[in-house]
Amino acid sequence: MDDELHARLKAYEGRPAAVAGTGRDPVNAPMIRHWCEATGDRNPAYTGPGAIAPPTMLQAWIMGGLSGHEGRAQAYDELLSLLDEAGCTSVVATDCEQEYLRPLRPGDEVAFDTVIESVSQRKTTKLGTGYFVTTRTDVRVAEELVGTHRFRILKYAPRTHAPSGQASSARASSGHASSGPAPNEYVPSEHAPTPTGREEKAQGRQEAPRRPRPVVNRDNAGFWEGVRRHRLLVQRCTGCDTLRFPWLPGCNACGSPEWDTVEADGEGTVFSYVVMHHPPFPAFSPPYAIGLIELAEGVRIISNVVDVPYDKVRIGMPVELEFRSYDDEDGELVLPVFRPRAGEVAA
Amino acid sequence: MSVRTRDSLGGRAAIVGIGATEFSKDSGRSELRLAVESVRAALADAGLTPADVDGLVTFTMDTSPEITVAQACGMGELSFFSRVHYGGGAACATVQQAALAVAAGVAEVVVCYRAFNERSGRRFGSGVRHREPSAEGTALGWTLPFGLLTPASWVAMAAQRYLYTYGLTPEDAFGPVAVTARRHAAVNPAAYFHDRPITRADHAASRWIAEPLRLLDCCQETDGGQALVVTSVERARDLPQPPAVVTAAAQGAGRAQEQMTSFYRDDLTGLPEMSVVARQLWRGSGLAPADIDVGILYDHFTPFVLMQLEEFGFCAPGEAPGFVAEDRLPLNTHGGQLGEAYLHGMNGVAEAVRQLRGTSVNQVPGAARTLVTAGTGVPTSGLVLTRDGATD
Repeated sequence: MDDELHARLKAYEGRPAAVAGTGRDPVNAPMIRHWCEATGDRNPAYTGPGAIAPPTMLQAWIMGGLSGHEGRAQAYDELLSLLDEAGCTSVVATDCEQEYLRPLRPGDEVAFDTVIESVSQRKTTKLGTGYFVTTRTDVRVAEELVGTHRFRILKYAPRTHAPSGQASSARASSGHASSGPAPNEYVPSEHAPTPTGREEKAQGRQEAPRRPRPVVNRDNAGFWEGVRRHRLLVQRCTGCDTLRFPWLPGCNACGSPEWDTVEADGEGTVFSYVVMHHPPFPAFSPPYAIGLIELAEGVRIISNVVDVPYDKVRIGMPVELEFRSYDDEDGELVLPVFRPRAGEVAA
Repeated sequence: MSVRTRDSLGGRAAIVGIGATEFSKDSGRSELRLAVESVRAALADAGLTPADVDGLVTFTMDTSPEITVAQACGMGELSFFSRVHYGGGAACATVQQAALAVAAGVAEVVVCYRAFNERSGRRFGSGVRHREPSAEGTALGWTLPFGLLTPASWVAMAAQRYLYTYGLTPEDAFGPVAVTARRHAAVNPAAYFHDRPITRADHAASRWIAEPLRLLDCCQETDGGQALVVTSVERARDLPQPPAVVTAAAQGAGRAQEQMTSFYRDDLTGLPEMSVVARQLWRGSGLAPADIDVGILYDHFTPFVLMQLEEFGFCAPGEAPGFVAEDRLPLNTHGGQLGEAYLHGMNGVAEAVRQLRGTSVNQVPGAARTLVTAGTGVPTSGLVLTRDGATD
């Protein structure tokens, strides 16, 4: 995170985060009743003829729901991407301010526009270092401004922790291979805590920082599906029997598009390795070792060398496969990693 | 030049103008403006005007489209525009593209350019943490979950293997490359590291980035722009600067080639794609390593300079560290990307031109034949540039 980043982020102030959004449902009695029951609010103003909606429901009427959101502007995605690229991959909702200009009543159809109001200087908090981003949503009914909803998030680089890998050989395989990059993006209209929850709730979300996900598409999904089931699958050309890795839809030796797979038996040696020191990344705690492992079958794969100090990894070291689960803020990630082979001690 | 047969491109085109912005850590202006400034400067150097230009070539990574540069420079109609992929591997290939267009009569004056705010904007050194699930994205995706995330780390994987194979230490192998670059940069006023030479001890004491690479094995990051003007040799002879003749130009990709992650092939101690380039350049130019007066070898990281010297046959495999330490070839006389600026290799092409003109700050007396290379670890390219008549 460089100070010049702030200048780039500031340029987004005043730009739209959502344009011409509309509430998914008109203001309605059933949602009001559920809200009041959930919050224990028995105010008679919210029931019966002439009922109004609890003012604090303001955001409930503009949320996108689980199926997604519409009308989000490119500027906001760009802003979040800039922060992601700068290492500020985590997000926490910090607070929310609302102003109520007139009560909402069943039947009101809300529309809204959201603007990026401000981006703070770089701040360091207990969670990590990042930037506060404030958006302001103007909520209207038939062009009349009925309320404003100001929402603040902290987009930050989490403090680094030791990788939280745990051996999972005895566990049922319940991980999933992510279908490509899923930036941990924050969607104010979807996942925002309710105005009554706010900071305490958000601060309670202590999650491990996110490891980069495998990049999965139709050509290599079979590999990551195998990993999920704790099998390391190597492609084999059925035309010339050449094994290949990485996964590709054709054979470099003979050009054949036909292939099947063989399961690696898990033995290998360290062909080369790197010890990572700088720069630091979330989910990795430098120094750490990454190996280029040559499998007994003859193909190579990049992986982590585990259960050995980073400065004891050597070329030629015999290693064996293990599947580990890494639980982080995006759920469980299963990866094939390699540990020194049993009975063979590192030099 | 074909991989198999000699081509007919050599001697048809020349670089007649070079121009650059200042090299800085924060240019304070847009990448487009840097591109435009460098293109204008190169045209002025060539004694040409924007109205003379009918072709533009840049990198696929560049953010300034040819049409926009043309608009902002005051150019009119274009008959040739092209881009080359694979990061810094494009550098010499932009000149090859220009020479091809000129030789075929598709364009008369072609400007090659590269401009970016690579230091104050998007820094390559800050690494990658996700990629789209395209074929390119998945290629990098095999390394990301394990934390192999930076250019330095991708190079370090091969560098480790090089040290292991030849029984070398990082200090003895890589130190001479860093020291040589900084010695040349120290006398180059355009270099970021002007007046800041280093010693082998400084190199050995610098902190680890991705073992076995230290800080001083990694090039700096730069804001700036560099442009080169290419036209026919015949027209070049009527222009004010001595032409730098494109005597040979080549691209190269190896078998099982990847971008920075070619971990799955052969022994990782060389650069097979540069061997493809080298074989074509020697055949096309009719020259051999001993004929080269100055080598401008792409140096984003020190280990790949060594492997290039070996792929081109300047020395045997494993002997490049001694070759560099003994200064047996004037190397990266502008200071390289380690010392002058990281301009994706385009500033190196300009230095070769200066050597042929006799205007380098580290001038090699009588330099007539230069070798220039582009990005390493990626599909790449190279040039043999010579003084007019030097290979007759």
